[in-house]
Amino acid sequence: MKKIINGSKAVAEAVKLCRPKVLPMYPVTPSTHIPEALTQMKADGELEGTPITVESEFSAISACIGASATGVRTFTATSSQGLALMHEVLHTTSGMRLPVVIAVANRALSAPINIWNDWQDSISQRDTGWIQLYCESNQEALDTMIQAYKIAEDKRVLLPVMVCMDGFYITHATEPVDIPEQETVDSFLPEYKPEHAYLDTEKPITQGPFSGPDSFIQIKFEQSTATDRSLEVIKEVAKEFGEKFGRHYPVVETYKTKDADKVILTMGTLAGTAKDAVDEMREEGKKVGLVKLKAFRPLAKKELIEALSNASEVSVIEKNISLGTNSGAVFTELRSLLYGTDPIPKTVNYIVGIGGRDVPKIDLKAAVKNTSGCGDGEIFWVGVEEVVR
Amino acid sequence: MKEFYAPGHRTCAGCGPAVAVRHILDAFGKNTIITNSTGCIEVTGSPYPQTSWRLPYLHANFENAPSIACGVVEALRQQGKEDVKVLSLGGDGGTVDIGFGALSGAFERRHNFTYICYDNESYANTGVQCSGSTPFAAWSSTSPVGKVKQGKDRWKKNTAFIMAMHGADYVATASIADPDDLKKKIKKGLEYDGSKYIHVLTPCPIGWKFDSQKTIEYARLAVNSGMWALFEIDQGEFRITEKPKDLGNIGEYIKGQGRFKHVTASQLKEMQSHVKKSWKELEKLEKSGLNLKTML
Repeated sequence: MKKIINGSKAVAEAVKLCRPKVLPMYPVTPSTHIPEALTQMKADGELEGTPITVESEFSAISACIGASATGVRTFTATSSQGLALMHEVLHTTSGMRLPVVIAVANRALSAPINIWNDWQDSISQRDTGWIQLYCESNQEALDTMIQAYKIAEDKRVLLPVMVCMDGFYITHATEPVDIPEQETVDSFLPEYKPEHAYLDTEKPITQGPFSGPDSFIQIKFEQSTATDRSLEVIKEVAKEFGEKFGRHYPVVETYKTKDADKVILTMGTLAGTAKDAVDEMREEGKKVGLVKLKAFRPLAKKELIEALSNASEVSVIEKNISLGTNSGAVFTELRSLLYGTDPIPKTVNYIVGIGGRDVPKIDLKAAVKNTSGCGDGEIFWVGVEEVVR
Repeated sequence: MKEFYAPGHRTCAGCGPAVAVRHILDAFGKNTIITNSTGCIEVTGSPYPQTSWRLPYLHANFENAPSIACGVVEALRQQGKEDVKVLSLGGDGGTVDIGFGALSGAFERRHNFTYICYDNESYANTGVQCSGSTPFAAWSSTSPVGKVKQGKDRWKKNTAFIMAMHGADYVATASIADPDDLKKKIKKGLEYDGSKYIHVLTPCPIGWKFDSQKTIEYARLAVNSGMWALFEIDQGEFRITEKPKDLGNIGEYIKGQGRFKHVTASQLKEMQSHVKKSWKELEKLEKSGLNLKTML
């Protein structure tokens, strides 16, 4: 059924369809409409799970651990400071191999305090062991939620997943969204039934033990292996989802890259703007394409190199900054990946839209033009003034 | 007595909290799930791949055992397993300090579980640092004894009362010197479907610096001197469950405890007068019949 709804409502509809049993949530802009919609569904008798209106994001993710370790599907949503407050427990969740799913409405991190969109919150959690999938539209947010549980709960994976969506651009923007039927979702995503680790009085086990130098590194190695392995599962699930629902989201999506020598690499809703910019540049006769990174964790190394193999210039446009390298996380990781490939395309980084600054098409087109005229590895902040001291 | 806490755990000789855990698990029985905060009992009980926990047990972090318990409780409810009891265990640091927000939230929401704080009056696991539950004048590694300051300069936080003021169904203090009383209180609390809080004093030979044979003796002296008050708050009704036999005899209690060996005559006097005064207030409260739950 098609409905014209905002992204938060689309996520809430997806969550309802996924039938999580326990939903601990705490309000933080711009993710607030998600718990609002879900608690309303509960009040209307439409949601089978139990929402818990906890006293902090720290407790939200902690209660997810408790519920997931008891053997049920769980959900929470957060943004920015809330995700940062969860940080310690994010490591614990992935270390305990619990398939928790979070909807992250991406927002800047303090200070200065800012409620608008960029990716600093989730990018700052990149080493917590969570799978991170970024979304371009309300439809993709809904569809990714449903896939996220299937990926997380796969026996080969058993890892938590963040479904990342640009705050406001997705959460508050209204678009037509196709909401699948419950039966179709049920056939794609059956009830979660853990096979090994869960709290059961008939089979008492210890979860979250104390591990010394003799075992810790082995456990982390296995976790890393599972994270790498998850890439194939993400691809499998995307394929199956595509067959069932008619919408397919590759881990690395390419748009008009076949003959493109200039490529924009970006994530999230910027990809939508970039598609328009590419179309306009194509009309001007320029061979420009777009590569959209959907899975940031795990990083689809092979697919990314393949997607960029025809390009001689890559403009990496991103809404985050790794302070101390004066570059975005995607750029740093891409440069590392490309090392050793032949030929290595020129890569240039553009830091845009931090703290919600609008990123119009014209900026993306200017970036592509600028890349042709500048040196390899250069980094530009778009729309800022140089401060001379 | 059923042993759900297997021997072989790495607690110190004379560990008070370990004694408490044995009795607590016996009172709860088989049909129980445990969440435990980081601390002495946690790090000593599950050296991977071994475990002392014969009941389903989960540890995640220092400050979230109550929130995890909430997730467990609601998951069990969804699974139709309301008969399973949920026990959340934490030391004093995890309970009264770093995990207090989580504890308060869980009790405000009235999840059906029991939280038990084993209070050894310091961050013993990390080397006996000062917590909100460390008593007045006590040495700890962060309330040291020096030329201008001698031990902790504040009184111990009264966490049991704070939890009662959440409208908890049952709140009690207990001592490992009287395990029957501890078990009786646990079982009384379990008759209610809401949030229950029990705070048990568990002397620590390392942190308190006494001979490890004397753990139970010090637990007893704490009760006898009035330093540790035994009471319950059942559906808001306050009742003293044991009167001190030797109220104000703090000298006897602190003798042999290295953490108090520096105590000056004026500090001792202050402790004696504080204990006597606070007991007067507890007796007044009991007499008044004031219901702490109804007044909310």
